[in-house]
Amino acid sequence: MNSIRDTFFEECEELLESLVEGLSAMETNAEDMDVVNAVFRAVHSIKGGAGAFGLDRLVNFAHTFETVMDKVRSHELAVDEKLMKLFHRSGDQLSDLVEAERDGRDVNDEAEAAVLRDLDAYLGEDDKNDDFSFDALVLDIPGDDDGAGDEILPPLQDEAAERRFTILFKPTREMYANGHEPLLIFDALAELGTLEVTAHHDGLPALEDFDSLDAVMSWTLTLLTPESETTLHEIFEFVDALCEIDISVEDLAPGEEPQATLPLDQPAPEERASDPEVSTTLPSSSFAPPPVDEHSADTAARGGDPDKEPRGPKPTLRVDLDRVDRLINTVGELIINQAMISQRIEELDLPTGAHLTNELEAYKLLARDIQEGVMAIRAQPVKPLFQRMSRIVREASEATGKRSKLVTVGDSTEVDKTVIERLADPLTHMVRNAVDHGLEKPDVRQERGKNATGTIRLSASHRSGSVFIEISDDGAGLNRERILEKAIEKGLVSPDAELSEPEIDNLLFLPGFSTASTVSNLSGRGVGMDVVKNAVQALGGRVSITSTPGAGTTFTIILPLTLAVMDGFVISVADQTMVIPIASILETIRPNERDIHVLGTRSKVIQIRGSYVPIVNVASNLGLPTNETQSGNGILLLVSTETQGLIALKVEAIHDQRQVVIKSLESNYGAIAGVSAATILGDGKIALILDPEELVRLTPSAPMMMSSGPAEMELFDA
Amino acid sequence: MSTKILAIDDSRTIRNLLRVSLEGAGFEFHAACDGVEGVGMFPEVEPDVVITDINMPNMDGYGVIETLRSGPQRTTVPIIVLTTESSDDLKARARDAGATGWIVKPFDDASLISVLKRLTGHVS
Repeated sequence: MNSIRDTFFEECEELLESLVEGLSAMETNAEDMDVVNAVFRAVHSIKGGAGAFGLDRLVNFAHTFETVMDKVRSHELAVDEKLMKLFHRSGDQLSDLVEAERDGRDVNDEAEAAVLRDLDAYLGEDDKNDDFSFDALVLDIPGDDDGAGDEILPPLQDEAAERRFTILFKPTREMYANGHEPLLIFDALAELGTLEVTAHHDGLPALEDFDSLDAVMSWTLTLLTPESETTLHEIFEFVDALCEIDISVEDLAPGEEPQATLPLDQPAPEERASDPEVSTTLPSSSFAPPPVDEHSADTAARGGDPDKEPRGPKPTLRVDLDRVDRLINTVGELIINQAMISQRIEELDLPTGAHLTNELEAYKLLARDIQEGVMAIRAQPVKPLFQRMSRIVREASEATGKRSKLVTVGDSTEVDKTVIERLADPLTHMVRNAVDHGLEKPDVRQERGKNATGTIRLSASHRSGSVFIEISDDGAGLNRERILEKAIEKGLVSPDAELSEPEIDNLLFLPGFSTASTVSNLSGRGVGMDVVKNAVQALGGRVSITSTPGAGTTFTIILPLTLAVMDGFVISVADQTMVIPIASILETIRPNERDIHVLGTRSKVIQIRGSYVPIVNVASNLGLPTNETQSGNGILLLVSTETQGLIALKVEAIHDQRQVVIKSLESNYGAIAGVSAATILGDGKIALILDPEELVRLTPSAPMMMSSGPAEMELFDA
Repeated sequence: MSTKILAIDDSRTIRNLLRVSLEGAGFEFHAACDGVEGVGMFPEVEPDVVITDINMPNMDGYGVIETLRSGPQRTTVPIIVLTTESSDDLKARARDAGATGWIVKPFDDASLISVLKRLTGHVS
């Protein structure tokens, strides 16, 4: 049962996504009934599922929401800006209720009550009196002996008095065609009291003329029961238009006249045999097929030709995430195994063009294909993540008195599931910031000749093996003076530091930095951009910032496509084999002695095309023994760091460029500064994967914001 | 041969619930996630009873009933509507389209199973 409950909540998430999607689509075109229907169905399905688990509160809310949406669907209610806003709030509230039920948390009663009140305002008295309830199981199947359905039956009349009902019953062909079975009806009647059944088979044709689909039998039923006539009618509810039926009742209480024939209380005259004569003669010709009313005609038009209907999404398969991860792990082992085989074959020193070498190449390609395919299983579109942000934008705008809209681009871009999950918090924070700090108030915007409604733009794209996610606003841009002032005030930079514009912008990412001079509802939550940066870095990504005064600010998050495998250089550091991510390396340099300049006792810089770049010795930063004379100048890997600009990492040698499977060091051993993970190489040895950013920070003398502008370095050279 | 049920519902939760209760009761269970798929599966599955939701994408429950009853299938198999709706109008509409019965969600396992057994001629 629990797993079905889980399914329900998973499904709710999907339904809420399509709800949000539908609501956004309604913003642009509320007349599109397909969209309105989709929104209605999402709410409706949540209600249905919630009912199955007895989540009454959720059912209740969804029901009210759905009822208002239904009025839009039936054109009773026109969608205006106010109603649209309410729908968004309702969607948010529904999402909160679902989450609360899932996590067993409490929800804000007041917020819920407020939304319900506003929704109620759109409902007429009729809708409110709608006796919607999940308490009773209404089972309109003849012969429901379970008793649950009895709760909804009207109270019995004259309980003690037995009545004798005489029922003339002649099914039509249509009744059989609709899957009804007279026997079930008799069973149901028999449960009410004592039933006597007489079959009339005089209509039966000779065997050679017999049509198995034809209705030729009729019955006279005599029932002795204390039940009311209404109860009988309910038993016949689904067949009364499909048969000829006449019920007469004889009250057996003393003093009553027997044989009072009561015509059936039927909605349409042609559906019944109101003339008592008919019930005796039973001419089957008098039974018209069920009348086709507007409703069903309408249905036929909508549900008619399946081929013309848009087909649903591509068939999908739901798989336990653990299984996928096990598969990914196994593929990782395969890649390692392939690397080992390659190494062994290389050691055989076969002649070029040997079959084995060719086969090995094919094997490598296949392994890579499998690996990419498996990785793709974990990839998911960023759409749901982006959609969640529309709520953040709405709420942030509300709280700060700003007007804004969210534009998303590239939301079908696929990213690893874990990345999406772990990106939710940082992205929320950045979007909130963009509204709170980025956008100006509507009046200010108008003064500056901008649209009063600000735009927050979220975009995702794949570029050169990385995922780019950009969060931009068209607000005032960063106030660099204010940022610098603040950083100096907080002692993050020295008052006489001369920083370039990007350097000032990057101050935002320093721990404990906050530019908001007043703590608004949104900021002051103890989360700064440094947390965002850490979260992105933990995913192997980087975040950068660009800003144009008066035109807005853009944050760019660059993430690796997958967390499980990466391309790396296999290098030697202090006689140890290590791996460094290729993505972080701009250039490799075999330096000339004359380009290297020594500063003070330990620091060295290298002159590259006119600018000076500090050299960081990887071995010494990792605390490994270095032998300067032996290793010479080694090889320098030029990396770009967020905090210190260009840095040249010094290693002893580069051996190979290859794909490595990332194995977490933290879960198997513990965190090591400067090392992000480990991998297993072709020879079966474990190699550490370096984190250049962190590695540079380990430099004992590296001053935090000493920085790296070429101009500044030239000073050292002098 | 066990009795075959074809359930058509766009809610995975409901499909799973039905599967668990009906398979547990010995029925052979088939599920479709919308009307078009359900109608498409019908000839292949040859169910003894069809259970359908009303509010579904692509083709709703009325469409399912009408297509199965008056389309090329012309089936006489019982079709039970399983929905959260309980209004008389909708019920009448389903009946006119050719539904055999109407069950309001959330359904009760035992009664659903007893109904299905009786519809398919098994004594419960």
